[in-house]
Amino acid sequence: MKEYALIFRINDIEDFKPSPEQIQERMNWLAGIAAQNKLLDKGNTLLPGPASAKTVKPNNIITDGPYTEIKEFIVGYVIVKAEDIDDAIEMAKANPIFKIGGNIEVREVLKRD
Amino acid sequence: MSKSKRTPKELLPHLFRQEYTKMTAVLCRHFGLDHIEIAEDIVSDTFLKASEHWAIKGIPENPTAWLYTVAKNKTKDYFKHIKLFENKIKPSLKLNKKAAQIDIDFDEDIIKDSELSMIFAVCNSQNPTEYQICLILQILCGFSLAEIANAFLTNRERIKKRLLRGRANLRNSNFLIKTLDQKEIQSRLDTVLKSIYLLFNEGYFSKTNNQLIRKELCLEAIRLALILTKNELTDMPQTNALLALMCFQSSRLESRTNHKGEAIKYDEQDKKLWDKSLIEKGNYFLIKACNGNKISKYHLEASIAYWHTTPTGESKWEHILHLYNQLILIEYSPITALNRIFAFSKVYGYKKAISEAEKLKLLEINYYHELLGYLYSEEDMDKAIQHYTLAIELTKSKTEKQTLIKEIEQLRKKKNRS
Repeated sequence: MKEYALIFRINDIEDFKPSPEQIQERMNWLAGIAAQNKLLDKGNTLLPGPASAKTVKPNNIITDGPYTEIKEFIVGYVIVKAEDIDDAIEMAKANPIFKIGGNIEVREVLKRD
Repeated sequence: MSKSKRTPKELLPHLFRQEYTKMTAVLCRHFGLDHIEIAEDIVSDTFLKASEHWAIKGIPENPTAWLYTVAKNKTKDYFKHIKLFENKIKPSLKLNKKAAQIDIDFDEDIIKDSELSMIFAVCNSQNPTEYQICLILQILCGFSLAEIANAFLTNRERIKKRLLRGRANLRNSNFLIKTLDQKEIQSRLDTVLKSIYLLFNEGYFSKTNNQLIRKELCLEAIRLALILTKNELTDMPQTNALLALMCFQSSRLESRTNHKGEAIKYDEQDKKLWDKSLIEKGNYFLIKACNGNKISKYHLEASIAYWHTTPTGESKWEHILHLYNQLILIEYSPITALNRIFAFSKVYGYKKAISEAEKLKLLEINYYHELLGYLYSEEDMDKAIQHYTLAIELTKSKTEKQTLIKEIEQLRKKKNRS
């Protein structure tokens, strides 16, 4: 089994506040992975608001959030156990984020010891 | 430690259950867990004396006080003998001064504390599950060898071995009864709760079809948890949550099996047989369990059990699914994963549930195939029969096999009609 981080991105800050139905769908998805005993870390949400998100750049330049240059932004991550990257992709495919135009980046984790 | 059947009265067995462990626990304060056998012998002797004495002279006015006095005297005699032995035969050895000035007290608080220390000593994760449950039944519940063997559907010899090994492990792991210290109690409470939960499950999902034994194991687990709620140090939210869970579950004990001991599915249970007073007690303890910020798995399981005691309303299964979602995130177990799918099917339909279930790939577990058999029974009868057949091959329970065979017969009939 390998470890993969699933990194969630959305395009519209308006979508960050999910409806109860969306919360329920996400919860079902997450529990569905836990039910396969493949959830390693249920991860965390990364807050995108201007007070919570800054980017630090060379020469002491600090910008608000990540969204001045790129449109989409990261909202959270989870870490799963999977046979290979295809297995991890299958898990990602079932996530409801695609309904709101978001995407998921799947990345194998190389552990630093 | 024979439970006396010689007394014509029903009182003695009742007292035995009630007092045996309390008395052993109190005496163990003086002997230490290392010599628990001495305490047990004295208590058994006391009951033997009671059965002989009471048969002739009748039951004393205060039977419990009578038992305590006799046990006290017997203990003093024992220490006198030791003293004699130590002084005359082994003069080189110094007598334990504490033993010389022994003052045994069966005061209510001391009983409470002693019982609690005993529970903490016996519920020790150093021992494998079966050993733990045997030890709990013998030391904390006063069950005889035969009774324990009955509950486990095995012979006395095997139980005797388990108990001997279990006791040896307890000694080796140095789980002596010390004064109850808050830190230690809190760090070991989870282990104790788990042992009590295991005892309860042994009764609730018992291999034996004997309804009486099952009920007794469940009630003993409840009794032990009740002791924990009566002490400030252990009256924690998770203790109350476990107690609530056991009350809710027990409320359905009568309706879960028919007179042949065959399991009855939840949907087909006679709800009139549910024990309303136990449901009310469950509600009481569940509310008490919400006095903190921590949500334990017992909170979630108790809440699920609570919903099962309510009639099917609009959002009942949504609530149950939500609780299972939280539960599986706290602790993975195949049974939780499968139960979650059942709730999922009630909310999102069988078709979606099948694809969720098949992801689990729990091919070795009979309940996995039983669930798929159930989910497929509308969609695809051949597949349903296939899964039920696999479940029959995997299950060890005879009654379950019969229930599944009936399921298949019904599906075949249905298929022929269509």
